Amino acid sequence: MRLDIILRIVTKMMLPFMLMFALYVHFHGDFSPGGGFQAGVIIGAAVVFHALVFGLYPTQKIVTPRLAEIMMPAGVLIYAGVGVITLVLGENFLGYDVLDGHYDPTKNNYHGQERGVLWIEVGVLTTVAGTIISIFYAFAGRGRLEK
Amino acid sequence: MSESIINMILLTLLACITVGVVRTRNLFGVVVLAGIYSFLIASVMMVLDAVDVAMTEASVGAGVSTVLILGTLYLTKTHEALPKKTSIMPLVVAVAVGLMLIYGTIDLPPFGIAEQPINQHVGIGFIDRSMPETGIPNVVTSVLASYRGFDTLGEVTVVFTAGVGILMLLRRRRKEDEEGDS
Amino acid sequence: MIEDIVTNYNYFITIFLMSCGLYIVVARGNMVKKLIGLGLFQTSVYLLYLSPGKILGGTPPIIGEGYEVYSNPLPHVLILTAIVVGVATLGLGLALVVRINEAYGTIEEDDLFGKGGIADEEDADQGMGGGA
Repeated sequence: MRLDIILRIVTKMMLPFMLMFALYVHFHGDFSPGGGFQAGVIIGAAVVFHALVFGLYPTQKIVTPRLAEIMMPAGVLIYAGVGVITLVLGENFLGYDVLDGHYDPTKNNYHGQERGVLWIEVGVLTTVAGTIISIFYAFAGRGRLEK
Repeated sequence: MSESIINMILLTLLACITVGVVRTRNLFGVVVLAGIYSFLIASVMMVLDAVDVAMTEASVGAGVSTVLILGTLYLTKTHEALPKKTSIMPLVVAVAVGLMLIYGTIDLPPFGIAEQPINQHVGIGFIDRSMPETGIPNVVTSVLASYRGFDTLGEVTVVFTAGVGILMLLRRRRKEDEEGDS
Repeated sequence: MIEDIVTNYNYFITIFLMSCGLYIVVARGNMVKKLIGLGLFQTSVYLLYLSPGKILGGTPPIIGEGYEVYSNPLPHVLILTAIVVGVATLGLGLALVVRINEAYGTIEEDDLFGKGGIADEEDADQGMGGGA
C-alpha cells in the first residue's frame, strides 16, 4: 500500500490539468492543431487514468455508466441538430452562414461560420468521449463479475 | 536537407520496430512495441508537416489502443503458441506483393515537389479560400468542419455505431449475471 | 541510383510495413496478434497518403504571418477520419475475440479450425442434429 500513495497523489494533481488541456485543445482548434476528436480522446484518457489508479468502482460512482451511454448518441444529435436548425432557418443543410447575428447573403459571415464550427466540435467531443469511456467500462467490467 | 535526413532516420527505426513486432511471441512485449511504433509514426507525421494527424495518432494509437489490447489480454491469455505446421506460402505472398508494389513506385513523381498533380487543384485551392470565406486560420479544421462537414457527420455516426456494437457484445448488468449472458 | 533511393525512401518503407502487416495477418494464428498486424497495415496506408502531400521547405497548413508555402491540407483531413474509424474497428474486433474466448476457451486459429478443431466438431454436431 505504501507505493500506492505516490501514484494517488500524483494522479490527483494531474487530472485537473488534463481536463483543462482537453478544453484548451478543443476551443483553440481554430488557431492551432486540435479540434473535437483530440479533445474527446484526452477526456476519455483522463477517466481511464483515474480508473487505473483508483479502481473501477470509485470511478463508476463519479462517471456513471449511464452517463457515458447517454453521451454517445447525444453528440450525434447535437451535430445533426445544427444541420436541421440551418435547414429550418432557410439555408442548406449544414450551411453555417445563417447562424450569424447579422446575416448578410452578399458578404462573408465570419461569426456564423465560427459559431457553427464550435457547436459541431462540441457534438464530436461528446460522442468520442462517451464512446471511449463506455468501451473501457465494458472491457474492464467483464472479468470481475465471474469471480 | 535536414528534414530529409531526420525523415530517413525515423523511418529506419520504424522498420526495425516492425521486425520486432513480427518476431516476438510474448503478447505483452508486442503491445509495448506497438505503443513505441505508434509514437514513432506520430513523429514521422510531424516531420511530414501533418500536425493534426500526429496529435490524433499519438493519443489514439499509443493511448486508447494500448489500453484496449491490455484489457483483452487480461481476459484471455498472454502468450502466442508456436504454429503447428510451418508453411512457406505466407512469406512468398508477402514478398511477392512487396515486389509488385516496388515495381509500381517507378512512375511516381519525386518526393516533396510543389508541381505534382496532387498539390495543384483542390488542396491549394482550400488554402487560398479558407481565410476569406470562413475566417479560420487552421485550414484542416475549416475543411473538416465547414467544407466537408457532411463527411465528419458520417464519421461521428461510425464511432457511435462501433460503441453500440461493443456494448451489445460485452455489457453485463450487475444484478442479472446469474441468468447468463445473451 | 542513390538519389532515386533517397528520393523514394518514404515509399520503400511504406511498402515494407505493408508487407509485414500482411504477413502477420496471413501467417500468425493468434487472433490478438492478427488485429495488431491489421493496425500495422493501416498505419502504412496513412504514410502512403501523407507522403505526397509534403512540400519540402513548406510549413504546416495553419495560415500565419510571413509564411508563403504551405503543405497540402487535403490528405490530412482524410487520414484524420481514417484513424478514428480504425480505432473503432479495433475495439469491435477485440470484443469479438473476448466472446470467442469465452465460448470456446481458446483464441488460437489452429485449435479452432482444421482437422480436429473445436469449432468444426460443434458444426458437425449441429449439422447432424438439424438434419435428423
